[in-house]
Amino acid sequence: MQDLTQLLRETAEDLLKRKAVGVVIGYGHTGSRGDMTAVFARTPQQVSQLALDGECYRNLAVYLNKPEVRKLGRCAIVVKGCDRRAINVLIRENQIAREDLHIIGITCEGVGDPKMQKCRFCTVHNPPDCDTVLGDPVDIEPEEGEFAAVEAFETKDIDARWNFWKEKLKDCIRCYACRQVCPLCYCKQCVVEKNIPQWVETSSHLRGNVMWNVMRAFHLTGRCIGCGECERVCPVGIPLGLLNQKLIQQVKDKFEFTSGMSADEKGPFSTFDLGLDTDDGIL
Amino acid sequence: MEAIQTTSTADDDEQTTFEPRIVAFLCNWCSYAGADLAGTSRLGYPPNIRIVKLPCTGRVDPLFILKAFERGADMVLVSGCHPGDCHYTSGNYHARRKLPTFRSLLEFMGIDPRRFQMSWVSAAQGGKWSQVVADITALATELGPFEYFERIRDNRN
Ligand code: SF4
Ligand code: SF4
Repeated sequence: MQDLTQLLRETAEDLLKRKAVGVVIGYGHTGSRGDMTAVFARTPQQVSQLALDGECYRNLAVYLNKPEVRKLGRCAIVVKGCDRRAINVLIRENQIAREDLHIIGITCEGVGDPKMQKCRFCTVHNPPDCDTVLGDPVDIEPEEGEFAAVEAFETKDIDARWNFWKEKLKDCIRCYACRQVCPLCYCKQCVVEKNIPQWVETSSHLRGNVMWNVMRAFHLTGRCIGCGECERVCPVGIPLGLLNQKLIQQVKDKFEFTSGMSADEKGPFSTFDLGLDTDDGIL
Repeated sequence: MEAIQTTSTADDDEQTTFEPRIVAFLCNWCSYAGADLAGTSRLGYPPNIRIVKLPCTGRVDPLFILKAFERGADMVLVSGCHPGDCHYTSGNYHARRKLPTFRSLLEFMGIDPRRFQMSWVSAAQGGKWSQVVADITALATELGPFEYFERIRDNRN
């Protein structure tokens, strides 16, 4: 991986020297304990902070439409395939423009040990539509059974499901880390912050927690690309990814849609298809 | 008047008849007019339903549904124009994608999907309206009180 880091630093240095971009957003071991966190390299000197290794979990696309980052000028950003899909959603939702980005894709065999769930079913090991690609092409077929976890959960009966979620959700401390880390939760004012009327109770009590977590998941229907960041950052270990997976499965089954595969796609809730949609379950 | 039924009285007195509370979000153009027609035609239907009038089923945010449950509804109904008849051309087409998907999320979370119903009732279907309300009221009675949120309220976690 060392040479990849070197290659990345050279690419970044070149971009900054040519003033092709104002900032390179990447990974670096700059956390307080040397842990991997986001690096914003704005001068050729700062590129030495950049690094690439097996700890590149984060989805850096979350920074792209932040006003303080936009101020820095054109962005270069380091992405894995899954992060690249999030950028497609941001483009399709008019949050950023493709021409304002220089995308540095890194080919990826998977992150985490054991490998994160998403990596086993990944179809974008080689990120598509990038301006620069670093790393050797990866040739790994996705495993079968993308929704096995959802299906296994659905073997529980309805009361057992509710008891499961009740036990999990009662721990939520409403830190909103899951929201902050999500590249697609970009509303300037989130519905939980609206108080006239107060749709979601804000104290960390099961009633508001149910509302909050259902809404968070549902607002990502047809948008979530399954990067798994929400679940990874949740301090109390709520399996948020399971809710997201359920909705990803629904959208795939009902609307034949997979989010983030192209910047031209239309979200399933901003369109309809008379050939596909049915009145099933409607009186 | 409705018989307001809490979980505690249900336990105290098995004999109390349970009257479900059903919150219905109706579109202004079709289902609300259909309900009106049922009234002017003097077709009876159970009084368990509380109607909230909206411009269109496309306006129904899933927040409304959850909020109704949180505040004590035993069932929620969303009703609007038949496909093709939307006053705003396509609002019900969007509702037809969004709301059933939401229902499957509720089911995944362990909330009985039968507690959230949808129907298409046109302005001419006063008869269908009274039938729909009779049917879902019977179903809601059979399902019994929706206690999840009540319980949450009672014993803070
Ligand atoms: S899903 Fe996993 S393997 Fe695929 S690009 Fe993302 S991190 Fe890499
Ligand atoms: S990260 Fe976890 S604890 Fe924090 S708000 Fe989200 S679900 Fe709740």
